[in-house]
Amino acid sequence: MLELAVKGNKWYWGWLIVLLGVIGAGFGLYLMQLKFGLGITGMSRDVSWGFYIANFTYLVGVAAGGVMVVLPYYLHDYKAYGKVTILGEFLAIAAVIMCLLFIMVDLGQPMRALNVILYPTPNSVLFYDAIVLNGYLFLNLVIGWNVLEAERNGVHYQSWLKPLIYLSIPWAVSIHTVTAYLYCGLPGRHFWLTAILAPRFLASAFAAGPALLVLLCLFIRRFTNFDPGKEQIQSLAKTVAYAITINVFFLLCEVFVAFYSQIPGHTTHLNYLFVGLHGHGALVPWMWGSMILMATGIVLTVTPATRKNETSLMIACIVIIMGTWIDKGLGMISGGFVPNPMHEVNEYAPTMPEIGITLGVYAVGALVLTVLYKMAIGVKEEVHG
Amino acid sequence: MKNSRRRFLQMAGVSALGLGAKPMLNAFAAGGGEGPDYHVATGEDALTAKQWAMVIDTRKLQTAEDLEPIVEACNKIHNIPTAIQNKNHEIKWIWETHYHNAFTDKTNNFLNEEVAHRPFLLLCNHCENPPCVRACPTQATFKRESDGIVLMDFHRCIGCRFCMAACPFGARSFNFRDPRPFIEENSEEFPTRMKGVVEKCNFCAERLAVGKMPACVEASKGAIAFGDLYDEHSEVRELLKENYTIRRKQTLGTEPSVYYIV
Amino acid sequence: MKDKKKILAGLVVFIAVITFPFWFNMGKAAPAPELELTAEAKAAKSCVMPTEYMKVEHMQLLDVWRHNVVRRGERMFVNTDGKLFNMSLSNTCLDCHSNKEKFCDRCHDYASVRPYCWDCHIDSPKGE
Repeated sequence: MLELAVKGNKWYWGWLIVLLGVIGAGFGLYLMQLKFGLGITGMSRDVSWGFYIANFTYLVGVAAGGVMVVLPYYLHDYKAYGKVTILGEFLAIAAVIMCLLFIMVDLGQPMRALNVILYPTPNSVLFYDAIVLNGYLFLNLVIGWNVLEAERNGVHYQSWLKPLIYLSIPWAVSIHTVTAYLYCGLPGRHFWLTAILAPRFLASAFAAGPALLVLLCLFIRRFTNFDPGKEQIQSLAKTVAYAITINVFFLLCEVFVAFYSQIPGHTTHLNYLFVGLHGHGALVPWMWGSMILMATGIVLTVTPATRKNETSLMIACIVIIMGTWIDKGLGMISGGFVPNPMHEVNEYAPTMPEIGITLGVYAVGALVLTVLYKMAIGVKEEVHG
Repeated sequence: MKNSRRRFLQMAGVSALGLGAKPMLNAFAAGGGEGPDYHVATGEDALTAKQWAMVIDTRKLQTAEDLEPIVEACNKIHNIPTAIQNKNHEIKWIWETHYHNAFTDKTNNFLNEEVAHRPFLLLCNHCENPPCVRACPTQATFKRESDGIVLMDFHRCIGCRFCMAACPFGARSFNFRDPRPFIEENSEEFPTRMKGVVEKCNFCAERLAVGKMPACVEASKGAIAFGDLYDEHSEVRELLKENYTIRRKQTLGTEPSVYYIV
Repeated sequence: MKDKKKILAGLVVFIAVITFPFWFNMGKAAPAPELELTAEAKAAKSCVMPTEYMKVEHMQLLDVWRHNVVRRGERMFVNTDGKLFNMSLSNTCLDCHSNKEKFCDRCHDYASVRPYCWDCHIDSPKGE
């Protein structure tokens, strides 16, 4: 099927070249980071995880979000999704690859990364994270590729795939659960120390992932001969509506527990994020922005008229992606580290090289996604066109 | 034709793998097995304990000047890059802070004034139940079974900084850049570190191994006691018996091994 | 098989490229390095283990040392003859082999290996 990816018009090739340029620039900056050390980032002794890990966390969510098309199709026999499951699976592949790259660029000694396998440590959540992420990548590659190839050949996919498909559904939940466990099992980081963190991560994942899929579907319909379908897009939009609402509900539960109990350990991080602490409030406008974006998203996706109108739906999906990214990417990680264990406030902001490397990783993901989607759409055009 | 070519390539691939794997396996096998005739042992002078613990008598350390030689002794012996100017990249093993920063859960609005102005020493607590060790994915940080010290294996650390997120005491530092140019006075007692690894206080494991007390204890002129928590006749146990002591954030259940007499 | 010529040409180019280092360096083999021992090392006659063993296995032995010192706090090494040594790269190995450039580096450069020991371990404990 790879031959489908090497035939394209000038826009396709132009886009790939742009991505390669961004990847090249990001890689150059990464070489700088390798030489100097992580000191070229904005991270510090107090905020020891930053933009890389934040984006990693967000993208694990996007990867897990793909299951929202796989599950209804395979478990509930919701036939309409047959057309788009491959889009969910390929999105998951691109997202997991970005996750693994973000972990790699975050390591102080990346050439020792395989120590995780050489000295397997079952008491570390990171050990399980490595397993579930690589496993999820493998599952989606095998399933996506074989199902698509079978579709192209006009046959039913191999029967041995079925158990793998069923396995991939809980596995999707597991990747984001384990990622939440990285944070919520740490004593002394009260912002993360909440049993609702994994459910909250999943809710935001099931909003952000399908929202991105809606945007991709709209794009595909506009620019290719394959139509993912109106019903499919509307069903995805309903998933987004429920998930984003639950996400905000969970957040409000956190706010209630913190401010009704008034335990300082719980309120202090939320205070830092939403009103500032001891005069430090770099994230305050971002967090309120995120709240407004997510609230707008809820209104637009829950109201039938704006959900059914694809222009307003597109806007809804964009604001939801932005809102959840700020909430989870910017706020969740920095918020947990500020103030530090001595209650000192040391803020974090990413540096230019750090943002450049991040964009490079995103460009790798976009490249993988473009090539995979090119193949998937090529097959769909052959079969349905 | 097509099939047999495919088959041939498959076979060639498998054979190449096999040929490649053989010397690899041999190399690994050569490492273990019947070793040469030598053995290793703990030094005769080494100090041992079931769980090393520290009692800091803060009453005897009233001013920043009292603390300075203690912190400096540690910095000097362990090649701490004290010349780093950027606060973000700071490396600290033992440092000075205020009461309300050290004991965030034991602050009163109206605190004994003398205590409120007293400087406090912070360092790794060498917890009996260390969350950093639980978090580390490579056992680069580990609790040594023989004496309970929480140690770093700088050779193995991949620099993921999970341990820094896990530590509730802010005891860990990361080498955001090569520390060597920032070491003001080279010490031969302890190696320097490289960029990209985490480091922290090691209760002077390298000194205990040769029968010496930790550097801070030696420099404290009797204000810091060090000994076995599970030896009821040890100096630290005597002090704990006779004085009311507090520990940092003991509600978290990590069981810190550093006690403070206030 | 109408692409036979292209395939063959491609294969020739491929083989030429991957074997380039061999052609390029043919007949130019660098001479094996000669290591210099310090007076102290000469006087000691034997290293912590027999010379032949050290030549081949010093990296494995150092790995054993580092594992036991760092992780187990065992610092004494008792060799085949029952002689005691402090397991320390900086203070035992380099105390005797204080000419790192003419001893360690020569062979490492020749073999093109770059051990990162010296990133942390001080390489001249006696001063320059």
